[in-house]
Amino acid sequence: MIRTPLRPLARILKAREDGEDPGLIERENRRKRRDADRDRKRLRAQGRLLVLGLCFFAAYATIGVRMGILANVEPAEPKVASAGQQIVTQRADITDRNGRILATNLVTRSLYAQPHLMVEPERAARELAALFPDEMDEERLRGWFTGERKFIWLRRQMSPEQMQAVHDIGEPGLLFGPREMRLYPNGPLAAHILGGSRFEKEDVNAAEVIGTAGVEKAFDEYLRDPAQGGAPLALSLDMTVQSAAREVLGGGMRLMNARGAAAVLMDVHTGEVISMLSLPDFDPNDRPRPLASGNDPSESPLFNRAVQGVYELGSVFKIFAVAQAMELGLVNPDTMIDTKGPLVWGRYRIRDFHDYGPTLSVKNVIVESSNIGTAHIAMDIGAERQKDFLASLGFTKPTEIEMVEAPTGKPLLPPKWSEISTMTISYGHGLSASPLHLAAAYSTIVNGGTRVHPTLVKQAGPQNGERIISERTSRASVDMLRAVVTEGTASFGDVVGYEVAGKTGSADKPKPTGGYYKDRVIATFASTFPASDPKYVLIVTLDEGEDTIGSMPRRTAGWTAVPVAAAMIERIAPLLGLRPAVEPSQEAALIPANL
Amino acid sequence: MTEMVYGAVPMRTGDAVLPRWWRTIDKWTMSCIFLLFGVGLLLGLAASPPLAERNGLDPFYYVERQIFFGGMAMAVMLVVSMMTPDAVRRWAVVGFLITLVSLLLLPFLGTDFGKGATRWFSFGFASVQPSEFLKPAFVVVCAWMLSAGQEPGGPPGKTLSLCVTILVVALLVLQPDFGQSALIVFAWGVMYFIAGAPILLLMGLAGCAVLFGIGAYSSSEHFARRIDGFLSPEIDPRTQLGYATNAIQEGGFFGVGVGEGQVKWSLPDAHTDFIIAVAAEEYGVVLVSFIILLYSVIVVRSLMRLMKERDPFTRLAGAGLACIFGVQAMINMGVAVRLLPAKGMTLPFVSYGGSSLIAGGLLVGMLLAMTRARPQGEIGDILLRRGR
Repeated sequence: MIRTPLRPLARILKAREDGEDPGLIERENRRKRRDADRDRKRLRAQGRLLVLGLCFFAAYATIGVRMGILANVEPAEPKVASAGQQIVTQRADITDRNGRILATNLVTRSLYAQPHLMVEPERAARELAALFPDEMDEERLRGWFTGERKFIWLRRQMSPEQMQAVHDIGEPGLLFGPREMRLYPNGPLAAHILGGSRFEKEDVNAAEVIGTAGVEKAFDEYLRDPAQGGAPLALSLDMTVQSAAREVLGGGMRLMNARGAAAVLMDVHTGEVISMLSLPDFDPNDRPRPLASGNDPSESPLFNRAVQGVYELGSVFKIFAVAQAMELGLVNPDTMIDTKGPLVWGRYRIRDFHDYGPTLSVKNVIVESSNIGTAHIAMDIGAERQKDFLASLGFTKPTEIEMVEAPTGKPLLPPKWSEISTMTISYGHGLSASPLHLAAAYSTIVNGGTRVHPTLVKQAGPQNGERIISERTSRASVDMLRAVVTEGTASFGDVVGYEVAGKTGSADKPKPTGGYYKDRVIATFASTFPASDPKYVLIVTLDEGEDTIGSMPRRTAGWTAVPVAAAMIERIAPLLGLRPAVEPSQEAALIPANL
Repeated sequence: MTEMVYGAVPMRTGDAVLPRWWRTIDKWTMSCIFLLFGVGLLLGLAASPPLAERNGLDPFYYVERQIFFGGMAMAVMLVVSMMTPDAVRRWAVVGFLITLVSLLLLPFLGTDFGKGATRWFSFGFASVQPSEFLKPAFVVVCAWMLSAGQEPGGPPGKTLSLCVTILVVALLVLQPDFGQSALIVFAWGVMYFIAGAPILLLMGLAGCAVLFGIGAYSSSEHFARRIDGFLSPEIDPRTQLGYATNAIQEGGFFGVGVGEGQVKWSLPDAHTDFIIAVAAEEYGVVLVSFIILLYSVIVVRSLMRLMKERDPFTRLAGAGLACIFGVQAMINMGVAVRLLPAKGMTLPFVSYGGSSLIAGGLLVGMLLAMTRARPQGEIGDILLRRGR
């Protein structure tokens, strides 16, 4: 910037020459400079004021446009919960393998009061108390309705009739909120498997339903996951079979005067549990409270005997020792085994139910259920190999079935796997396992020898695990089991046409104080059918069952569990789509004659 | 002779006050202010009965009070607008000192009305918020300092005004009242900008503000939540903002009808901070657009008139007053339409509130006094400069 000098020498000199005051020139130049400065500042301020004005105009225009856009948007439905943690009310259904509903949701209404909206609180209190005499007290309601509180829950769920009755009171301060509840339309039919549910987070307009037990809890995340789009969870259960089995098992339990009963029906190739029962049971729509602490939880109807109950299951274990011995090449079905009793080992004596003479073939050890013979076979196998074999059948860990209760069904193993343990375990004492363990192990033995993992989820096809025994051993084992039914202890189990094979087990119940009861028995029948090509394994267990028809009460499984299982197979085998094989057996009898 | 006998005809030096006022006042702005006040009354009729009902008063209790205080505010506005800028400056300095002292006294004599911030003096029938009165006085004082600083050989106006700003902001933050402090800082910034702040400095300040914002966002959880809440498209419908948004959407273009609105029953601040939501619900975007138009006319027209102003003090003070008035309205409405993060701020002249109304009247009166038409020496420019 070129500044004009305040005292330009030429003009000053000229002024001096003319005799004028040179100070005037300086003053004039100062004034000019100040004016120029002021003009510059004013122009700058003008520009900036213009910018400000434009900014304000733009901002106001933005607000106006935004207001217009907002007003043009349809108002969103008032949402229930705060953003971020909305209550997810959708819970997927649970169905059986054929798509029949096991658990679903039903919209009911909850009842709450907002006293500040009330017109006649006194009358509302009186009439509500009259409607729900068991739950509501007029005095207390009146206190609430005339008090300071703005919001009171009165009832979580109401039937449509109750809702109409409350509606008819005509009180604007009594309000209803939708409330999805979980409904189990089959009642107690699959109670233990489904478990139950309850409300978790509650809001006026919704409540979160979460599983409390069984499949509902195990699949809680999955069922509530909005990403699944509400697709139902298909279980492996077949409700028709479950219903028939429950009827038979319940009848059998009453006939045999048993304290409880359990049954597991498993597909031997997939491990799918087609039916699983534990009696006594309960209604998951009205789940009973757990027993007070101090009581034995296994006495509660909530206790799932098939999964949680671990018992010494008795002679049903013998087939494992025999199968392993055959697999190891130690014996074949015709090898003669020493059965001279009693077998004395240290201070233990092992006896048989009867005296079977000095020797029996391996097949007859199974057919006649000789403890001594099995103990000898187990001694040949040895503790290590027996332990490994039982572990490979799944007896050392809880089952991995998809229920929250599964980990509590932990098998009880001997603290030290000694030689006497080896012997007793071979005939099912000294190792406690659940009926579900037994079903999985039998499936493994009879399905050709591949490991089966029990599951409650419908499977697409055979789930062949690792091979445990050869197909030959498997076949031989099934033949022996078939012989048990045709010739041995399970003769009541021979259901015509379905070639039932199986093994009985009658184990004395251990006393809580130590030792065993003489007159209390866990009677088990582990069966498979049809023997020519095993498809299903059925385990039936009766707790303290006894047949009192004869002069002496008969408690062995052959008299208690086997007839119940036979009646059950008679009912369910046709439901499972199995054809009775009556004709082929006649042909089979004829063919050798023609040769 | 006649004069000698009967005495001279009384001669007026200059004009009569009222005609000159009427000739020079910005009639558009003044009409807009009257209209705004009318709209405020209309909305008060809609928004305040729920509050009156809650407090067990006559339904139109607050409307009557609004009329009373509004009348006072209009009177104050008219009186102040008749003053010359110099008179305004003198009174503002006095007022500034008084309000400053009352701000200092607040911690001892003030009440917080249970809201957690001591901002009010309570006088039985009414309460006064000194910071409302402080704002216009502060703007004028700062404008005076800045304009004096522009004179050759003047005092260091920028530094002085910055010191005053910091003092006032410190007092306000102590209450705490961050909204008013932000307004004060903003007003000073605007005046500094107009007084000729270097562009580089402004850019540097903007950069600092951005950096500070990022720093606050990453370090302060509270601040970050506010911003996240603002940025997220989902809005919690149970907050005041949620209700406000819903009300705007319910209203649509022509509103749900007079007295049919629901939002005023659920919003505790329906008659003050969220009155625009009540307007949008009952009268629709039509009335809201009208309100926005009124504010923008007041602000933009005042700024345009000030562009012609040659006196630096008048220019600065007018710009500061217009901006502080405009930005307050802008923040209030910007929050309601979720363009800005939530911050409680009243809508000048529309929201209910006695002391804020009168302070608003004072502010607008000063603004009108600054924007009055005055001889600006254009003729002199033309004659003198051309001559040379």
